[in-house]
Formats: sequence, structure tokens, C-alpha cells
Amino acid sequence: MTSVTEIAAPGAGAGRTGLRAWRWVRLRVLPILAVVLGIVVVWYTACVPMNVKETLTFAERAGAEVEPASPAERRDMGRVALVLANPGQLGGSFALDRPRLPAPHQVVAELWETTVETRPTSKRSLVYHGWVTLSATLLGFGIGTALGVLLAVGIVHDRAMDMSVLPWAIASQTIPILAIAPMIIVVLNSIGLQGLIPKALISAYLSFFPVVVSMVAGLRSPAASQMDLMHTYSATGGQVFRKLRLPASVPYLFAALKVGIAASLIGAIVGELPTGASEGLGARLLAGSYYGQTVQIWSALFAAAILAAAMVGLIGLIERLTLRRMGFGR
Amino acid sequence: MKDTRAAEAVIEAKGLDLVFQTGDGPVQALKDVNLAIGQGEFVSFIGPSGCGKTTLLRVIAALETPSAGRMTVNGMTPDEARRARAYGYVFQAAGLYPWRTIGGNVRLPLEIMGYPKSEQAERVKRVLELVDLAGFEKKFPWQLSGGMQQRASIARALAFDADILLMDEPFGALDEIVRDRLNEELLALWERTGKTIAFVTHSIPEAVYLSTRIVVMSPRPGRITDVIESPLPKERPLEIRDTPEFIEIAHRVREGLRAGHGYD
Repeated sequence: MTSVTEIAAPGAGAGRTGLRAWRWVRLRVLPILAVVLGIVVVWYTACVPMNVKETLTFAERAGAEVEPASPAERRDMGRVALVLANPGQLGGSFALDRPRLPAPHQVVAELWETTVETRPTSKRSLVYHGWVTLSATLLGFGIGTALGVLLAVGIVHDRAMDMSVLPWAIASQTIPILAIAPMIIVVLNSIGLQGLIPKALISAYLSFFPVVVSMVAGLRSPAASQMDLMHTYSATGGQVFRKLRLPASVPYLFAALKVGIAASLIGAIVGELPTGASEGLGARLLAGSYYGQTVQIWSALFAAAILAAAMVGLIGLIERLTLRRMGFGR
Repeated sequence: MKDTRAAEAVIEAKGLDLVFQTGDGPVQALKDVNLAIGQGEFVSFIGPSGCGKTTLLRVIAALETPSAGRMTVNGMTPDEARRARAYGYVFQAAGLYPWRTIGGNVRLPLEIMGYPKSEQAERVKRVLELVDLAGFEKKFPWQLSGGMQQRASIARALAFDADILLMDEPFGALDEIVRDRLNEELLALWERTGKTIAFVTHSIPEAVYLSTRIVVMSPRPGRITDVIESPLPKERPLEIRDTPEFIEIAHRVREGLRAGHGYD
């Protein structure tokens, strides 16, 4: 009877492939590159005034004429004025040992050195510290997600929980994590728990929230007519949950997981700060700030950002594959 | 006449009242509705929005509870009838689950009602053939046109052999060409299966073309203002809509609707 309109597979013919590749570069790659380039330019530019005092001190020690000559006078001068007064002496801005603001290539070099050129078992290796943080992140993410889903299921099915749980969940997120993290560490330490578990719990504390909120919305997303349909089949609550609410909530779950994994990483890093900071990316950040190792701080920050981006990207990939498999087309 | 029908009535309403409590006070959705639908009838409910036609259908399906009066379906209360799988319900929106294939959607009621696996497969195949969707079992809903999706939702309502089909403006969102074709197909399906169909619509030609009886309703409060027996033969090609008989009935329905509005 009615003929179905087959959706033609996009992109056919070899001539088009090149055109489509260019289109992809133009729409996806170029904008990102432009932004990255802009950031790098601003960054290098900012390095000059940020590091000018240290740069001039080094130049002076090396025997160069610096204006003004007295370090005390220089200390009281503005950075931009110093830059303008000594245009010839700024070559060292990007190569200081302990710069106020390290140049991008210094951070990249440090990252390379501490990941590729250092054994992963070494305490100097970012891979080692990254894994310490990642393991706490993943455990916390698992706990947080499970807790979030369970709470959401309870909220949707139980009126008392519906009225009571969400306000508490919201209140829990208004407390600064920096304030509560040390208490969690101390309390758990007093009952003999330290290392991975306390960090994972702080991680879970941050990541359960987006999952609860999103899953409640997802489990309630079926339209009234879809619920009515289930009712006409005399479906049980369990059947409505398994066959309607749960599958309908999957897209919501993935959106929450992407927020949750990033929150988990932050939780794990914050959880590493009050422990005396011996291991983990948080420890690297803290140690770096103790000893004025800005390059180390920045490289730990970048490692955390790269880790977060990788995890969010991975969840995004799983999301696409799952939703496609489930038939959420288009 | 009325008594003989009542004796074999599949759906029967007596003095049915339904009042919704809303924020603006009570709203009388149905007032003193009396109706008997016999085995194998095709009854359309027509009227402007707010006349209670959908509410009436929902009372039959036990999706709403009447405030007063009595409703029986197959001699049972609507709730018992629902549990006895007396009816299949087709909503205005096809409402197929996007994560299930067409076959999976049709299988949904069978899974819930606990049919054995082998029988599920056989039934899905059979009803998809019945609505001319054989071969689309593995497609996902978004790959089908609106008309085909609605046919799949009819197949879903037919899958578990309910004797009554309740249809709430099932073709309301479709364009006229598709609607004509589905009307024709629905008549053929009714002919083949002998089901009792209660059909809500706001299209006069659709009501006249499909029905053995047309129930005209009017709003505020929702009530039945006229019940029109169709003299049209059971065999109805689309061209029947140009015959004087058809136009005569359509005229009566229109008059009934206008009379209902006279109270406004």
C-alpha cells in the first residue's frame, strides 16, 4: 500500500568525499584551531608583563643594563611600565625556571617529560599521579551514579521520597565542597579509612546530584498517553518501569553522566588536597603551590583537563553508540 | 429497538455523569449519558472540543471514573473489563516507543500480558499483515511516515485479540489523503475482524463514512444530543461520499452539531 520513503544514505560518490572532508575541516576543525590560536597568542603576550620583574633580575645578573637599575625601584613600578622601559631585555620571559606565568611550550615540555619520559611507576610521573586520581574518580563516579539512579527511582515511585529527598540533595550541593572535604577525610580516617575510599566518597558526593535531577526528569518523561497505554494493558508498576520509564530515561542518563564524570574528577582532586597531598593530581597542584613550581601546577591542571575531556568524550561515544542501537534515530 | 440492542449490548452507559474538580471549580464533563453499543457495531462520537467525547471513551476504558451512573463493558465494570483485556485503545498520537522497532512496539502488550515467546512472534506477524505493514517489523518508528506509524499503533491494539477497539481521533493528525486511505483500510479491517469499534472524531465525513451509528455530542455540559442510524450499506467505496444518502446523513450530523451549539 503506502510505499515507505527510504532515507538515502548520505554521501555517495568519490568526488564528493573530498568536498565533504573540506567541509568538515572548515566547519569543525578551523573554528577550534582559531580559538586555540587566539588563546596561545593571549597567553604568550600575557607572559611578558607577568614575568617582567624576574626576567629583568636575570638579565641584570647576566650583566645587561636594566632601567631602572635599582631592584627596589623596579619592585614598586607597574609591570607594563617596566616592559615599556626595557624593550630589549625581555628575551628571557618565556624561559624562566619559576615564572609567574609559564609559557605554553614550557607546560607542554613539562607534560611530555613527566608522562612520556618518566617511568609510570615513578613518583615524578604524571601518569602515576593521574592514575591515582582517576581510580578515585571512577570509583566515586560509580558510587555516585548508582546512588543517583536509586534515589531517582525512589523519588519517582514514592511520594514521601518525592517530597523529602530532593530538597536535601539540593542543600547538599550548596555546601562548598572545599569546606566539607577535610571533614569527610578526618572522620573517615578516624574509623580507619584512608586513601582511595574517602576521595571516592567526595567524588560521589559531587556526582550523584546531576544524576538524581536528570534521572527524575527522565523517568518522568513518558507522555500521559504513554502511561495511559500501559494502564490499558493493566501493566504492573514494575513493568511500567522496565518497559517505559527506564528506556525513556536513557538519553537523560547520558547527559547527566557527562556532567557527573567531570564533577567526580573535581571531587577526587579536592579530596587530595587536605590529605597532606602525597599522591594524585591534587597533590601535584598543592605541592606545586607550596614550592612555587608554577610549571608543575599548570601541567597538573592540563593533565586534569585532558583527563576530563577524555572521559566526557568516551561517555559521549558510548552515548552515541547506545542511542543509535536503541533506535533513537536522527 | 432500543431494548433489543440493550439485550446484546457490549458497551452500555446508564445515566452517566462525570464532574472534574478543577482549580476553577467543578466542570461537568458528562451529563446524563445513556448509550448502548451492540456487538460488531461501528459507533462514532462527534462533537466540538469539550463535548466529552474523549472523556466518554476514557470512561469505557477505565481511564476515568464516572461520578454517577453506571457503565458496563461486556457486562463487567470497565475496570474488570480492562483486566480481562476486553479492549484495545488507539490514541491520537501513535505513541510508539522510539527505542522499540515496529515489531517490538506491537509485541509490547503481548510481553506485558505474558504471552509465550513463540506466540508473540506469530501474532506480531499476523497483525502487521492485517494493517499492511508486513516487512516493516525491524524498522524503527522514525523511519516510517505518520500514517504508517498510526497503522502500527492500530496493530498494537489488535495484537491481543480484544473484541472492542476504542479509537480516540486516531487519524486527527494526518493529512486528508492519508486519512482517506486509512479510513478505507479501517473499514476493511472491521469487516474482516468483526470487532466492535468506538471511534472519536471531529470530522463529519469521517464519521458518516465509517459508522453504523453516529453519536452527536455537545459541550457544557458534555451530553448526547442526537444518535443517527446510518442507512449506508456495509460495503462502502470512497465514492459513496458523493451519493445523496451520504450527503443527507452528513447534513443531519451538521444540524445536530449546530443545535448543540444553540445553547452558547
